[in-house]
Amino acid sequence: MIEAELFRSAQRWCHGATGVTGAAKLSGGASQETWRFDITHPDGPIGAILRRSPKGYGAAPTRAAGLAAEAQLMQLAYEAGVPSPRVMHVLTPDENLGIGFIMQRVEGETIARKILRDDEYAAARPHLARQIGGVLAGLHKLPQDKLPELRRRSATEEISEFERDYRSLNWPKPVFELALRWLRDHDPGPSSETTLVHGDFRNGNLIIGADGVRAVLDWELAHLGDPMEDLGWVCVNSWRFGEIDKPVGGFGSREELFAGYEAAGRKCDPSRVKFWEVMGTLRWGIMCGGMMQRFREGPDHSMERAMIGRRASETEIDLLRLLAPRGS
Amino acid sequence: MQDEPTPVELTKSVADFLRSDIAPLIEGHQAFKLRVAINILDLVTRQLTREEGSDASEVERLRALLGVDGSVADLNRVLADRITRGEVDLATSGLAEHLWQTTMDKLAVDQPNYASYKRELGRD
Repeated sequence: MIEAELFRSAQRWCHGATGVTGAAKLSGGASQETWRFDITHPDGPIGAILRRSPKGYGAAPTRAAGLAAEAQLMQLAYEAGVPSPRVMHVLTPDENLGIGFIMQRVEGETIARKILRDDEYAAARPHLARQIGGVLAGLHKLPQDKLPELRRRSATEEISEFERDYRSLNWPKPVFELALRWLRDHDPGPSSETTLVHGDFRNGNLIIGADGVRAVLDWELAHLGDPMEDLGWVCVNSWRFGEIDKPVGGFGSREELFAGYEAAGRKCDPSRVKFWEVMGTLRWGIMCGGMMQRFREGPDHSMERAMIGRRASETEIDLLRLLAPRGS
Repeated sequence: MQDEPTPVELTKSVADFLRSDIAPLIEGHQAFKLRVAINILDLVTRQLTREEGSDASEVERLRALLGVDGSVADLNRVLADRITRGEVDLATSGLAEHLWQTTMDKLAVDQPNYASYKRELGRD
């Protein structure tokens, strides 16, 4: 039982813990799982989250920073005042829980459609685009000398990597070819500064409460690069969940995002942001193709994966809206 | 020639059965999976209804654009190659219109409720 193992672990780092209850798996692929549980304590229950690769799944996919790096980044963010859960413990091999870490559970909502529609978040919504700008500025200011080892990617290298991923699918898509050409023609070159880039900062990876952003999750694609990448990715239409006139996650305008970012003392480059938005749209489209391929060839022969393959055309229409807009 | 009911009619009948008779009986994760299954059958129905017509006009546009003949898959490969090599781009007469029409035909099958598609449909 995982509760027994979690309790043995908690006794080491949570003074006074008397038990573990309510362990439940929230999500899980073959290589990574998220569990919620409560630590019983004389001062009241402590909500916690376990993020781990189960035993036997040590190898991270090539783009991922790895769970140890993720834990380090979340803790750094927490200490710097960027909304993030506090990391309570990094797993050690003798605990028999696999590789990963345990963090404080932050209450709130991550499901994008609920955040965009439910009354509970109505007061927060108009402020979120600007607030996200401030959060991203804080994240990009994290001290580089304290960061874990991370991959470093320029725009030019990213284009080549996506092109390779796309060609390996053997899935000729004229709209994707057009986007690749556009990206090469508009490659902004090396950015004037290199910072930490979250890599998957979007509506769906944020815990939102009635008071706004409470935590930034899913740091597994963190790397070093052009900070404008995060501002472009948060604007990709796929993360607006139907609110297509509000580019920042369906919450608000680019101007509000930029204002929040600059108010926190950092500069925006709107043309680089646009470049990364196009790149991000193509990136999600190619990922949809990857899902189709894994559905066909891999062990995960699920209907959900099959249907994600059919979402590539959403990114094609969004690319056309960006690159070849029709008259309004 | 095969007998009737047609594949569209048969697929629709299964989707309707799952939607009206089975969905109300199921909860939780299985209910979510059932919704995905019904969405798949609806997609298949849309594709069976529309594919023949949209492929025929796509081939016609591609022949005019590329000056060669072939299946819809062959011609898409040729177009993709020409865009890669820079021989065809958005300045090429007819390319933007072709890509728009082709993409709209795909969304009509894949995700007719996608907000970008509904917005663009309003322009046609």
